Amino acid sequence: MSVEDLLVTPLHAWHQSHGGKLVDFAGWAMPVQYSSIVEEHNAVRQRVGLFDISHMGRLTFAGDDTIDWLERLTTNHVARLQPGQIQYSLMANGGGGLLDDILVYRLSHGYLVVCNASNRSTVVDQLERHREAAVAQLVDRTLDTAMIAVQGPKALETFQPLFPAPLDSLKYYHATMGRLFDSVDAVVSRTGYTGEDGLELIVPATEAEKVWNALLESGKTYGILPCGLGARDTLRFEAAMPLYGHELSETINPYAAGVGWAVKLRKGEFIGRDALEKFKADPGQTRVGIRVEGKRIARQGSIVRQGGQDVGLVTSGTFSPTLGLSLAMALVDPAVSEIGTALRVDVRGREEPAEVVELPFLRRSDSQVAAR
Amino acid sequence: MDPKTLKFAPSHEWVHLDGDVATIGISRFAVDQLTDLIVIDLPAVGTKLTPGKSFGEIESVKAVSDLYAPIAGEVVEVNSAVSGNVQLLAEAPYTKGWLIKIRVDDPSAIDNLLDHDAYERKVAEEPH
Repeated sequence: MSVEDLLVTPLHAWHQSHGGKLVDFAGWAMPVQYSSIVEEHNAVRQRVGLFDISHMGRLTFAGDDTIDWLERLTTNHVARLQPGQIQYSLMANGGGGLLDDILVYRLSHGYLVVCNASNRSTVVDQLERHREAAVAQLVDRTLDTAMIAVQGPKALETFQPLFPAPLDSLKYYHATMGRLFDSVDAVVSRTGYTGEDGLELIVPATEAEKVWNALLESGKTYGILPCGLGARDTLRFEAAMPLYGHELSETINPYAAGVGWAVKLRKGEFIGRDALEKFKADPGQTRVGIRVEGKRIARQGSIVRQGGQDVGLVTSGTFSPTLGLSLAMALVDPAVSEIGTALRVDVRGREEPAEVVELPFLRRSDSQVAAR
Repeated sequence: MDPKTLKFAPSHEWVHLDGDVATIGISRFAVDQLTDLIVIDLPAVGTKLTPGKSFGEIESVKAVSDLYAPIAGEVVEVNSAVSGNVQLLAEAPYTKGWLIKIRVDDPSAIDNLLDHDAYERKVAEEPH
């Protein structure tokens, strides 16, 4: 990996000077961890953690026909969004395969789509290719903005001193705008990819370090830690949140993946609608949670078996820092998807006993569902 | 073990030779690069080690890494404390965290390994 070939976020210099272990993620130089993945994970579950997620795509839309355009290109019902509301959605191709999972925001001045870094050009290409008569403006704001996630039970307390309006009135999956330090315009959403309460902020790239440092200072009293993509993955995994390229892809339909609720077949015509309707009737596979005996991790691609037959594949697996268990998510034959079903998982040539458990593995401030 | 008295393989395993019995472990550098250790898979007593070939695995949250045999021999003892709790390795890679003891085929083969200073120089050159 040559760092010169990678895109860098507005916080790159900070990561470099603070022990960020940088790796190539979707063509961006991103920190996997600063200290320990488990420490960073625990900081988010117990206190508050800070993530640079500037690599995510941020696309803005302005113009009256934005709604129709987005309606045709995405699976959820855009027209239903209230001002300030955000919806999880999917972009499908004509065959019902998924190109990305996204968040669609309705802001006061237009719409915003946040997409995966790995799919930004695919998403933009798809939108433009199917623009048809839409005259709305699409502007890719990824490179001139930064996005920072503040996540954990102390996230709101950490951010509140920096924000002029009370945050507890900001509802989950809603966004607001406000000015930090009397000068920095920010979009603030009560969203996240960790399974904890928290916020995601979008600010101009030039202000990223100032905001980041202010958050670290404000969060010091709660024991805030900067967190990398390693912890981001273990956190979203415990909350059973899908990751494109693992639980979602062009060959995994949303009903198999467990996100069929983001597909509104009755809203009218949209790309992939007919194919998705067929998948709804017969998803073919089911995403399940699996608890693997022992500590070896069943990573993506590990074969799941029952009675000597291959019954599925692992999509993601890890050793859960919070639960202290080897866990996996897998797409399996619906016949073996019932909670408690005994299975075996081939972990690098050695089969480990396993069992289907409930998803999510962990609920926010709740009992540990997998540890039964 | 005092790391300064040990011999090292470029793949980060260390060796302490006492007669024809070698104690093998991995370096502090290797442990710090891995972070977040979950479990270690060590060979059974009686297993024959071939230099350069994997004799076990160490798994961290991020990845699985092979343990490479620095010298030929037969396993005569396995550190079951580390097998049971890999954190011992993270805490003390040169003492409590030793991994296996082997009866070496040829004690002079240890001369092919790096001494502590040479290993430290090599590690300093590595991108990290």
